[in-house]
Amino acid sequence: MKHILSILIENESGALSRVAGLFSARGYNIESLTVAPTEDPSLSRMTLVTRGNDDIIEQITKQLNKLIDIVKLIDLADSDHIERELMMVKVKAVENTREEIKRLADIFRGRIIDVTAVSYVIEITGTSDKLDAFVRSLPENAIIEVVRSGCTGISRGEKGLHL
Amino acid sequence: MELSGAEILVQSLKDEGVECIFGYPGGAVLHIYDALFLQDDIKHILVRHEQAATHAADGYARATGKPGVVLVTSGPGATNAVTGIATAYMDSIPMVVISGQVPRAVIGSDAFQEVDMVGITRPCVKHNFLVKDVNKIAETIKKAFYIAATGRPGPVVVDIPKDVTDPKIKVPYHYPRKVSLRSYNPAVKGHKGQIKKAVELLLSAQRPMIYAGGGVILGEASAELTALTRLLGYPITLTLMGLGAYPATDRQFVGMLGMHGTYEANMAMHECDVLLAVGARFDDRVTGKIAEFCPHAQIIHIDVDPASISKTVRVDIPIVGEVKPVLEEMIELVQENKKKPAAKTLETWWAQIAQWQALQCLDYDRTSTLIKPQYVIEQLYEATRGEAYVTSDVGQHQMWTAQYYKFDQPRRWINSGGLGTMGFGLPAAIGVKLARPNADVVCVTGEASIQMCIQELSTALQYKTAIKIVNLNNRYMGMVRQWQEFSYESRYSHSYMDALPDFVALAEAYGHVGLRIDQPSQVRPALEEALAMRDRTVFLDIVTDRTENVYPMIEAGKAHHDMKLRVAPGTPTNRELA
Repeated sequence: MKHILSILIENESGALSRVAGLFSARGYNIESLTVAPTEDPSLSRMTLVTRGNDDIIEQITKQLNKLIDIVKLIDLADSDHIERELMMVKVKAVENTREEIKRLADIFRGRIIDVTAVSYVIEITGTSDKLDAFVRSLPENAIIEVVRSGCTGISRGEKGLHL
Repeated sequence: MELSGAEILVQSLKDEGVECIFGYPGGAVLHIYDALFLQDDIKHILVRHEQAATHAADGYARATGKPGVVLVTSGPGATNAVTGIATAYMDSIPMVVISGQVPRAVIGSDAFQEVDMVGITRPCVKHNFLVKDVNKIAETIKKAFYIAATGRPGPVVVDIPKDVTDPKIKVPYHYPRKVSLRSYNPAVKGHKGQIKKAVELLLSAQRPMIYAGGGVILGEASAELTALTRLLGYPITLTLMGLGAYPATDRQFVGMLGMHGTYEANMAMHECDVLLAVGARFDDRVTGKIAEFCPHAQIIHIDVDPASISKTVRVDIPIVGEVKPVLEEMIELVQENKKKPAAKTLETWWAQIAQWQALQCLDYDRTSTLIKPQYVIEQLYEATRGEAYVTSDVGQHQMWTAQYYKFDQPRRWINSGGLGTMGFGLPAAIGVKLARPNADVVCVTGEASIQMCIQELSTALQYKTAIKIVNLNNRYMGMVRQWQEFSYESRYSHSYMDALPDFVALAEAYGHVGLRIDQPSQVRPALEEALAMRDRTVFLDIVTDRTENVYPMIEAGKAHHDMKLRVAPGTPTNRELA
């Protein structure tokens, strides 16, 4: 099952490699990983998507908590949450496909943020599933390049992950 | 008070109460060595190889409970230390390793003797630091000791670039009295409700078993473990790392468990209905086949490290906390509880255990004309009245020592259990002797292991650490040979020690006493003679039966009740190896 681990970590050099190293050393899988400083510059917020059965996720959570640099972590999958991923897709947009691609972008609430005579760059956010669906719906051979941020998320309601 | 980085480092160690450090100088730590030269409070032990510095500091830490401290230079000095750091990590030994680094300006440029020490050690330390600011040295050292010694202990590396210790740059010095880390709060007390549930379960057991490990020794909880075990009257087994946590000569002790544990300990594990695991981590050498581990038991597990709980074996009642306060609470609850262990069922259980014990799984041929390694350990036990600090290397001799030397006290048995590091024994013994100068310190080793850090005989001479080296010389990497005999149709691939040195001459060349023993009748007198030389290191090269195997044995992938035993009493001893 997919789990989204939301992690507060000391914003120090090497902290990211401790997390990445833990996963490779213990044979766990990282599906995606995003990290950036929070409103408190001494802390970074990391969102890590991984898969595994309950035993594996329990062990991953415990091992992450053991890392000295990790301040707090929660598994977003345990409660109601919102997840979002940002994607930018560069597509070939010529003659007859130009209109079609623009319509598709509208349907998926994407925005065209760069235009040339032969291409668009489309920005789109949503759950990873939605982004997958958009990619699938594009005309064959239209894609020049896809860049995705990896999933990030936040819990619903008034409670939050903070110190 | 304004001090340079090097002076701050040394002063911080003093303020931390460090008396002794183990190290080897080099370019990146020259400023620090100069600061060490100009003081007398901290004793520096110069080893002959950085691996030995970490093992010696490790031995020091295991004997005393205080963190061992190591100082090495950058590059090869740092990488040589890694084996010892990993050894300490696997056995949760508190240690602080200070490594020099190239100056900040050239980090990342592949400078001379540059290596990414923080990166290399990341998977085998509890934590590590790169100190980039002279003003952060004192605080970092405080944090390093705090992290190394609290919670589940472990090694911490502090990597310091050379220019950060520059004697020309002086800054105000202040050593913090306390340190707190928002991201590190190890559990102390266990959950009251869980402890209560555990006691209820323990008191309702029909076939109870206590299984304790190195965590009891690290947590200084031997007295509590002993008190609880006696109060309950239950059988107890110890892991390799736990030996000494409960007196081995006590009747409730059924021996070590696991791959080379006793028949009775392993059978009792297999048949028990309630298992109390204390400061033990269900290592694969202990559990055997996981799917058949303690198939009838409900399991209680006390551990300071939550990640140890349900890692390999699912437990029913986890208790996260330091073993000492948790055991104290359990003792109180058992005393208060109206329910008592059922005398009748317990009697039946003990009768069953007695039947297993009657098999005498540790019996060996005492009539052999060859020196049996087991005999040497028994004689060593008697000659030292069971009071010696015994270090070992890794292999058959290690298992025999664990089986035949009856440790009644914690911190006396010092070996590399988790990583299984050959070369550990001699430097560790030097570290122990420095910590316990008046005690008998014995290194039990084999002719293969001892050669991995033999250069430390030189260190032993320099610091007059009078240790006794018991070299069980069977001219084989015995444990490798044993596995090859059992699993590879006796194809002894590269497990034969050819071209051995004359150990007696070697010991003498290093300035020590060497003795060669090849008759059983000489063993005890030679041990007595060696022990009587209080101020000399003595190397006893004991020629043992090269065909001897360690029994019992649970072969890889098998369960506790599926043990390989010595074939029968009186098995021929002079058998030829194919």
